Amino acid sequence: MPLRCEVATQDKLLFEGPVDMVIAPGSEGEMGILPDHAPLLTTLGFGVLRVRQGSDEQAFTIAGGFMEVQPDVVTVLADVGERVDEIDLQRAEAAKARAEAALRSVTPAEADQYLALENALRRSTLRLEAARRFRRPSARPGKRAPTNDEES
Amino acid sequence: MPSAREMRSRIRSVSNISQVTRALQAVSASRARKAEQAVAATRPYAAKAWQVLQHLSNQPGRAYLHPLLTERAAANRILVVLVTGDRGLCGAYNINVVRYALERFARAQAEVSYVVIGRKGREMLVRRRGELRAEFTGLPAEPVFADVSAIGRLAVDDFLSGRFDQVYLVYTDYVNLLKQVPRTVKLLPLELETGGGRVADFAGHAHQGSAYIYEPGETELLDQIVPRFTALQVFQAILESQASEHAARMVAMRNATENAKELVAALRLDYNKARQQSITNDMLDIAGGAEALAQAGGA
Repeated sequence: MPLRCEVATQDKLLFEGPVDMVIAPGSEGEMGILPDHAPLLTTLGFGVLRVRQGSDEQAFTIAGGFMEVQPDVVTVLADVGERVDEIDLQRAEAAKARAEAALRSVTPAEADQYLALENALRRSTLRLEAARRFRRPSARPGKRAPTNDEES
Repeated sequence: MPSAREMRSRIRSVSNISQVTRALQAVSASRARKAEQAVAATRPYAAKAWQVLQHLSNQPGRAYLHPLLTERAAANRILVVLVTGDRGLCGAYNINVVRYALERFARAQAEVSYVVIGRKGREMLVRRRGELRAEFTGLPAEPVFADVSAIGRLAVDDFLSGRFDQVYLVYTDYVNLLKQVPRTVKLLPLELETGGGRVADFAGHAHQGSAYIYEPGETELLDQIVPRFTALQVFQAILESQASEHAARMVAMRNATENAKELVAALRLDYNKARQQSITNDMLDIAGGAEALAQAGGA
């Protein structure tokens, strides 16, 4: 039985199509889903969601959300999500630097702000690492990624 | 009778205004289209979240009902989340939705408080002595989910703390460019039976019978999903309302442009008549003068 996967955020459908395997960052640990998996419902943590189809693997950064698994369909509802191939490395670097600078200027005593900033830093670090590790070679002929023709 | 100069400047100012309204009309039309697309983009997530909620509630042997899904015995205090615009120049858009909300809840046997989104709605409610719980103004023109998630959180927190027994959402549903209708949706407690209103087509998937594996636990999952879904409904309502606002503004501006066109035509007719009249008078003067001179010379 083929497995279908759908990845959606609140404002966008990120991915939809047949897959061989889904590797997801569950809140209790990374999990791989193959066809005919038992029904499962789980929350997601910070991490990289990978969708494998043949020799092709697509990666998405995910920050929170949940995932529903049925024998023939995996539905990922992410709070924040982004296709790794679409991450703009320069902007991600800038965001990380900004978060680090901001984090230094507040003390842990200002709990709300501190947590928010820490989250922002975690997210930007995650994006950078994901972009370095999981970007497909086809999307990066030179050092810098071209912005067009990434889909295919 | 105004002078020719006054009339000329009046014509110029009216046609300047019509240029502005025509530009606003074009901008609003494209914004309405964009907001409409933004609404459409939220539907996959909404449909799937709804589906997951349905699965959860249909699980065999579910004894525990989540507080966010539990109807309270008495609804003494009602919270209404009212979505309006920040700006005017959009016909009756703002007043329609505010009036609709006030009428809808006028007969309620309960205290009604409002969370208002949009400056116009706040002003109208304050004038009508509505009870304000909170206000959110100055939303970005193209909001993303993170911009409005606080509104949903506020509703959920107030509901859970027992401050309110029911939460409703009032917004303007975008039907098409010419038609927008105010609507009410019950936000909390979430009613799983009624189909959630604007969530389209979730009947296609009917996986039932087999029990789920939960990670971490069923309660924790519901704790996450229900507030998320509530916030999403607010987000969708805001996008719908924005599409409606832009559409209403487009129509209002088109009417204004047409009125200006008519006014310019009428003014120009008056102006030309006056101009012709003054030329005729001048000619008569000259002719009369020449005639007088000729008679004087002949005598």
